Amino acid sequence: MAVTDADVPPPLLDIPKAKEKKYDRQLRLWGIGGQMALEETHVLLINSGSGVTGVEMLKNLVLPGVGQFTILDSAVVSEADLGVNFFLEDASLGKFRAAETVRLLMELNPGVQGHAITEPLETFITKDDGLTPFNLVVAAAPIDATVLERVQTHSQTLHVPAFYFHSVGYLSSLSLLLPPAFPIVDTHPDSTATTDLRLLRPWPALSRFAVEKTAGLEDGTMSAPDRAHIPWACLLLHYLEQWKRQHDGKVPNTYKEKCEFRNLVRAGDPNEENFEEAYAAVLKTLNPPTAPSALDAASPAFWVIANAIAQFYAKHEQLPLPGAVPDMKAQSADYIALQNIYKSKARDDCAEVVASVRELEKQTGRSTKQPVDEKEIENFCKGAAHIHLVHGRPFQIARAGQMIAFGDRAKAMAMELTMPESLIGLHIAFLAWDEYVATHSTPASQSGGVGLKILGSGADDFAIDTQRVTGTAHKIVDSLIKEAGTFVEDPDYSEVKDRVGKFCMEIVRAGGGELHNIASLTGGLLAQEVIKVITRQYIPVDNTCLFDGVASRTQVLRL
Amino acid sequence: MAATLQPEGVSRTTNGGDDGESPARWKYLNTLLGRAGAYSDPTEFIPGDAPIMNIKNARILVIGAGGLGCEILKNLALSGFRNLDVIDMDTIDVSNLNRQFLFREKDVGQPKASVAAEFVMKRCPGCKVTPYVGKIQDKDEDYYMQFNIVICGLDSIEARRWINATLVGMVDEENPESLKPLIDGGTEGFKGQSRVVLPTLTSCLECQLDMHAPRAAVPLCTLATIPRQPQHCIEWAHILKWEEERKDDVLDTDDPEHITWLYQKALSRAREFNIPGVTYSLTQGVVKNIIPAIASTNAIVAASCCNEAFKIATSSAPYLGYPGTNNYMLYTGDSGIYTYTFEHQKKSDCPVCGNRPKAITLDPESTLGEFVESLAERPESQLKKPNLRTAGKSLYYSTPASLEESTRPNLKRKLEDLLEDGEVIAISDPAFQIDFQYIAHFS
Ligand SMILES: [Zn+2]
Repeated sequence: MAVTDADVPPPLLDIPKAKEKKYDRQLRLWGIGGQMALEETHVLLINSGSGVTGVEMLKNLVLPGVGQFTILDSAVVSEADLGVNFFLEDASLGKFRAAETVRLLMELNPGVQGHAITEPLETFITKDDGLTPFNLVVAAAPIDATVLERVQTHSQTLHVPAFYFHSVGYLSSLSLLLPPAFPIVDTHPDSTATTDLRLLRPWPALSRFAVEKTAGLEDGTMSAPDRAHIPWACLLLHYLEQWKRQHDGKVPNTYKEKCEFRNLVRAGDPNEENFEEAYAAVLKTLNPPTAPSALDAASPAFWVIANAIAQFYAKHEQLPLPGAVPDMKAQSADYIALQNIYKSKARDDCAEVVASVRELEKQTGRSTKQPVDEKEIENFCKGAAHIHLVHGRPFQIARAGQMIAFGDRAKAMAMELTMPESLIGLHIAFLAWDEYVATHSTPASQSGGVGLKILGSGADDFAIDTQRVTGTAHKIVDSLIKEAGTFVEDPDYSEVKDRVGKFCMEIVRAGGGELHNIASLTGGLLAQEVIKVITRQYIPVDNTCLFDGVASRTQVLRL
Repeated sequence: MAATLQPEGVSRTTNGGDDGESPARWKYLNTLLGRAGAYSDPTEFIPGDAPIMNIKNARILVIGAGGLGCEILKNLALSGFRNLDVIDMDTIDVSNLNRQFLFREKDVGQPKASVAAEFVMKRCPGCKVTPYVGKIQDKDEDYYMQFNIVICGLDSIEARRWINATLVGMVDEENPESLKPLIDGGTEGFKGQSRVVLPTLTSCLECQLDMHAPRAAVPLCTLATIPRQPQHCIEWAHILKWEEERKDDVLDTDDPEHITWLYQKALSRAREFNIPGVTYSLTQGVVKNIIPAIASTNAIVAASCCNEAFKIATSSAPYLGYPGTNNYMLYTGDSGIYTYTFEHQKKSDCPVCGNRPKAITLDPESTLGEFVESLAERPESQLKKPNLRTAGKSLYYSTPASLEESTRPNLKRKLEDLLEDGEVIAISDPAFQIDFQYIAHFS
């Protein structure tokens, strides 16, 4: 019998400290590892326009404790800013907007450092090392095309993730530029998706346990309480053996066979809860594990482990066992024993992968001073079936006098055009808006320069500017259809143009201004994506998300 | 067809102009509201002063000043709303500070509603926020009648059901002002939802109850005899052990001593059964039923709620919840970004909004037969062969013949002999699949 709690009070080592208390609700999502990654991050926001969305995003990063942030913005606070930006106050009027927002954002979290850069973007961006301190860059539209290009080059060269977003009136969009190969191990799939019990290919220890736990089930010598506490995994193993004897050694494979098998299990005992659990688990658990699709390209530790896992898969025709066992009705000791069978198999599998990694390290001449962390290999083995790989793609940058190309996505996007619910039209409207900015803006520093020219910002511009931007957007539509080598007939063609035209009108309507709600919502989306990218947990957007605040819906397009 | 362009309408802006505040402050809002939208209904939305005045004059109730509530108050203030009320009974805890951005470390222990109201008023001059520290159940219908829109940012299902039932019950068909749009937001981790209810007209929160499946409770016998998971050990300490050993102390889940005690008990039990995984954090999570919460998800859901409120108040674009259109947006951010926006259908058998009893005034001296005859003429019933019953007895059945015979004598009896004043009469007619209720008031 175990000792009673009165004898030995257990040591309490993990009482939370102040910081863990404050961050409790988020640590439950991304853990200490994610939190550390967040605290090592320095985000740069290149702000422009009415400038609220980026600041709202920063609010959502400062609160959970991002390490540092910098706002690059040379604008001076106007009265219009006070009506839409929460991180400015009446006393901010006439001061630098970047400095004022940084000051008020920093009040949210004493642990976070904020910086303001108020020199003009054009001069800042031409400095050689301007962007080097930052490990993530977020750029707000409107932006000079050459500046955005510079951000993109920086991002691609140094593998620094970058975002580019629009937020105008009821509409917004965000694009994420990730490195060409961005793997995520900890994707947090839901627990039903991760259950992998290998019931179709049990190893000896597991089979032995099942036989032991179901002994006497068929001949009626088992007591009723024992019968009611056979873990469902053992029940399924038992009935699988029975099925195999009746089906030339084959396991149930098709949906129909699985349903038949399910009925066989249920017939075992129509009343007991554990038989019910077993019945319910058939369709979910009797599936052969599948390997992840893409394991290629090159990146340090991740790819070494990936290679070792590939070796494991080639040898065993299955991935390392994750080792987790879902709860099932059983006696405590039986359940723990079953758990240990899975855990020790998972440990054995993992040990085999570790050995391969060490071998690969030797073969590739990797430094022995910094061996691949065993914890990392273990996590990889556990999540092997759910690892996700994003292949980052560049931004679509509108340049003056140059038609936008869709490249290998042209066919898919031309298809999107004809779908009434698609938000591709909104993306095209923003491209047309960018094209107008690129064509009509001149650096304010030049003599006669007007800065960034915004559609619909003048009191009498609405109708004329709507026509103008709609015309450009329709040209992009035609060019996309041509690039895809396809043809869209009427009435579809007119409907496509009508949908794009409506998005253009709604954009010009706002005159370049943000609605606070849409800015806040888009800032929330951006912050979630930044957190996913920084913590390398959950799955980031690939690669453009459009939000339509009129219909209250989003769509993700891979562009 | 090309989008129709409306003539220009931004030459004059009044928002802020009449009360000493510079109209320049609302430049972006006024520009958008001064122009026709590509999707706005030209008969509903007249660009210019009307939508601007609608926002200024609207009074909005915000229920909850937590993660969603802080965002909602900020969003409404910066959407031009001037009259806000906020209800919350809670005080500020240190674990709120990672997302409830109107609060600082010095505010810990203070009531959420008043600190939030004060902060928003300081940051957004011209916006009046009235706090109430207490429960929504403290307030009556007269109180809720003052508002144009109610927005909920709550974590409790019970409170949601209460306000939903209250707002449905307030609807008086004679008085359009009694119909208060109810906008509700909720989050969990990277996921959330926003939805709009037009009480009695569209699916209500009670109709949508099945959208939140309750967590299956662990059977007591598992806790008592066969624990297998760390959660089982914690629930054992929480439900059984506390009762057994500390019956006289009221368990306070915010008291670290109490949580530590439960943690210790759970840990011992886990050791006894060789169950790994009991931690302080898990103990707290299980006992307090903690739902992970982050600033960004709150921002998304709260902004979606306020965007709908803004569209309802201004008519500047179609809103969620217009009868016969989408009324629900589900948001998922843990794997890419995904929204599902759809129409949740009203349930005819909803205990709150399905077939609400209509008030009817009856002469106690008149007979049941006269009342049955009148049902054929009443526009809302128009029934020739109705069946009538109260909770306790069958009044009159047109079919089947045997029941008709046995209930026929009632037709001659006076209503006051068959009914109590205020009693509910259920009326059905199998021929039309109609089923509704009257509350009888004697004249
Ligand atoms: Zn209902």
